[in-house]
Formats: sequence, structure tokens, C-alpha cells
Amino acid sequence: MVSGLINANPVVYEKKERRVRSASDYVDEYAVEPIDQQEVFDILSASLILMPVNLTIVIVRYTVMIFERSIRDIKDPEHPYSLEELKVITEDAIEVNDERSYVRVTFTPTVEHCSMATVIGLCLRVKLMRSLPSRYKVDIRVAPGTHATEAAVNKQLNDKERVAAALENPNLVDMVDECLAPTYG
Amino acid sequence: MEFFDDGDYELREIQKLEGHTDRVWCLSWNPKTGINGVPPIIASCSGDKTIRIWEQSGPSQSWRCKAVLEETHTRTVRSCAWSLCGKFLATGSFDATTAIWENVGGDYECVSTLEGHENEVKSVSWNECGNMLATCSRDKSVWIWEVLPGNEFECVTVLQGHTQDVKMVQWHPRMDIVFSCSYDNTIKVWWSEDAESENWECCQTIGESNNGHSSTVWALSFNVEGDKMVSCSDDLTLKIWEANTLRMESGDGYAPWSHVCTLSGYHDRTIFSVHWSREGIIASGAADDAIRLFVESKDDSIDGPSYKMLLKKEKAHDMDVNSVQWNPVDHRLLASGSDDGTIKIWELASTSTEMTEASTESTASTASTEKKA
Repeated sequence: MVSGLINANPVVYEKKERRVRSASDYVDEYAVEPIDQQEVFDILSASLILMPVNLTIVIVRYTVMIFERSIRDIKDPEHPYSLEELKVITEDAIEVNDERSYVRVTFTPTVEHCSMATVIGLCLRVKLMRSLPSRYKVDIRVAPGTHATEAAVNKQLNDKERVAAALENPNLVDMVDECLAPTYG
Repeated sequence: MEFFDDGDYELREIQKLEGHTDRVWCLSWNPKTGINGVPPIIASCSGDKTIRIWEQSGPSQSWRCKAVLEETHTRTVRSCAWSLCGKFLATGSFDATTAIWENVGGDYECVSTLEGHENEVKSVSWNECGNMLATCSRDKSVWIWEVLPGNEFECVTVLQGHTQDVKMVQWHPRMDIVFSCSYDNTIKVWWSEDAESENWECCQTIGESNNGHSSTVWALSFNVEGDKMVSCSDDLTLKIWEANTLRMESGDGYAPWSHVCTLSGYHDRTIFSVHWSREGIIASGAADDAIRLFVESKDDSIDGPSYKMLLKKEKAHDMDVNSVQWNPVDHRLLASGSDDGTIKIWELASTSTEMTEASTESTASTASTEKKA
């Protein structure tokens, strides 16, 4: 259960070429720049490039811990690719409305029964919670039709009481922090 | 019950109470304060693991934090409730315990800790006599505790029936009936027919198939007569329910609750809190940072009661509103607690006609009051 890959042969997509942000000659450092889709995508993708690797290691380690297996059984991380390359997140799936202080991220788990969906979703929420101004309302959803327990995953990810309780669980916080660790630095 | 005309009111912010370092989850007014010269007191609990006691005093009549109850709960304090005598405060925490605090001459001592729930305690509620306490948890159960002499609490029964975590538990204001609402989208009514309160059972489950909510039910509240109930949900609606409680009070068996109407289109994010004032005003607080007030409308009484919005307060807080509570003594006072870590004390005040139009116009066009079928 732990030794086998959840998705042994993922489809890997080319990384989208980044738009170069236009830098104007005069930069008003006091100007309030609205947050846009690309910025949120950059927060998530730049930060999550290394995430799947860490995520996998952490989840395997966590699962191993649960099943009291030896840590020596850990094989290579599942995929050395980024969430972007696996199309878990695309720029198009991020809806931003700065005026209404609203962000909606729709992510696509790599397989229908991907057990990582809740953890990926929790990491996305924590990353946005720590990166965006507090006035933002964030909805995180699994893309329609991509997950067997879509409604249950969505409900859990958007129940702030459950998220708050989860983030007081030291094991879960360690896991999320480890997943996001390479993204701060 | 007073009759409220359209748009003659506004919510005026009296004071913002700052001190918590994390989100404020729940508020409770001490019911024995604010009368007979006793200054009003409100308790708040927070994600910062503390409970704060606030009092309105001094020549300026401003609100100040009188006590911080800490180092007892080790995780978020999710819920707080004063007993009717105003002497005891019960607090439920994500650390799976419920603490009972006693007010001893202005100092608060933790006199009892109730253990038993497997994980997060989400709500605590005292019954009207103050001899029973109900608690609920993510472990899907509702516990009823009996208060014994010497600050002892004995678990009378563990009520199982919800299939997901129980978000809130609330006693009926006149009878020993317990209401619980849950992440499983239902409201359950628990009652013991025998006088000794020993055989508790679930008498009714209000779910989507009987006009109930289609997502998590976060809170519920009763009108002062106890024959009507309002519930609020993640499905963005408020629902009004009624029952023939007079029949039940006269010993005629269980009176089931039936759907009166659904208020939808007012809040556009999860509604976390609802509270019915003694004057008949329903306040709701939601993740859209807004507070709404509703009253029974007399315009349309042929099909039974309907409800209309009295006013809306957009941007009541900088973040989600988690708790709205009317003061039980001074009926104009409303308190709200938020993710922004603050508590606000509001006064419901009359306003001139000009001001009214600005503050209460444009009931969202999608808003509707759906009558029972």
C-alpha cells in the first residue's frame, strides 16, 4: 500500500512560458497594486515546484508512521515534477477578483482516487492564507469530475473550523510545513 | 413583540474590543449583569486558547477587559456559555475538554474539567434551570451532563445519531429538549419523555428531504416564546421552523417542528451564527463579513408568517463574522465576534428617513423568502 505508486505513469505537461511582468519606468512604491491571477498562480506554482517531491516523501513517511512500518521502506518520491507540470494547477484554474478580495483555486488530482487531494488542498489553503492579505476569501475546489469523493473533499477543505482544528494537529502541521518548506526561502 | 417598520433603524458601532490575538469564535452575555446596578459583562473565546471577560464600567462607560482566562485549555476555545444564574461559565475547546469557571468575587476559577469527548468540543449549552449542560464534538456525539453539588458533573447520557461532527448544541428555552446541528446537514431533536430524564432519544431529524438544509448547519436559536426556531447554514440560507410547544408543555407528547420559510439570497458566504432577540429580531453573521437583521413581516399574513430584512450591515468586520449575540437585558445591544480578532458592540438605533434609505436600500434582487410548499 505504501510501496506502490499511487499514479505510476503520470502525464507530464510542458511548463507554460511565463509572461514577463511589465516594469514601468516610474515605480510608485505607495501605489496599491491589485492582485491578479498571475500573481496568485506565481505564489502557488513557484512555491509548489518542489512540493510534490516533498509532499510524497512526507506522505509516505506519515503513512509509514501510521502503519508502523520502518522508514527504510521508503522508495523514491512519487514524481519529481511540479504541480504545474502535472497539471494539478493551471493558471486558468485560478480565479481572482481583487476588488471583491476573492480567490478560487480549482485543482485537478492526478488520478481519480488520489489520496493526496485533501493534503494538496490543505497545503494550497495554508500557502494562500500565509501569502495573501487577510481580507481575501479563498475557495479551494477539486476540478469537477476529477475525484471520486469530490463533494466530500470540497466540503472539508472549505470548512474553516475543520481546517483550524487540522492546523492545531502537530503531525499535520509538520506535514504541511515540510511540503511548503522549499517555497519560503 | 414590537412591530418594526421598514428602514427606521441602523446598527451603530459603540466600541471595538481588541485583545484576542486570533479569531474570536463565540460570545456570551452574562444574563445577570446589566441590571440592578451590576455593570454588563460579556465573555469571548478565541483561537488564541483564551477566554476574555469584558465589562462596561467607569465614568466613560467604555468596555474593558477585566480578566483573561488562560493556561487551562491547550487548544482553540470554540464555545462559551454562561449559566442562567450568571455564576458559572462553561467553555468547550478543541482540546476535547469542557471547563467550568466560577466567578468568585470577580476572579474566575476553573472549578471543574469535563472529559469524555474523543476530540474537539464544538459547543456547550446550559438548560434553563442550570442543572444540566450539553456538549457536542467532532466525535459525532452529544453528551448531557447533570450538575451535582460541589461542582461535580455526571454524564447522564451520550447521544449518538449524527453521522458527522456536531457543530452546535442548544437547549430549548422552556423545556428540557436538546437541539443539535451538524456537518451532516441535519438538525436533530433529543428528548426524554419520562420525568427523570433518563431515556433520551432522537425524536426528530430535520434533513434536506423535509425542507432542511443542503449543507452544514452551523447554528440555531429560539424566539422568546420557544415556539419558533431559526437555523443557519453553509447553504447560505436561514430557515424558520415552528412547533406546537404549548401542547408539549401541557404533557401531550412530542410536538414535531415544521418548516415555515427559507430566507435565501441575503448572505453570499457561509452563515455561521444566528440569534433571535427577545424583541423578535433575528441577527445573522456570516463569512461575507456582514450582519443582517430580520423581523417577522405582517404584510403577508394569509399564508402564515413571513420574514423580511430589517437592515444589513456590510463590512461589519474586516473578516468573517463568527458570532452574533443580542444582550438579554438591554435589547438594543448586539455583540459580534470575528476572524479579525475583534468584538464589536452595536446599538440598534432609530434613524432619520434620509439615512435609512442609504443604509437599508437594495435588498439583493436574488433575495427571496420562499414559503413552505
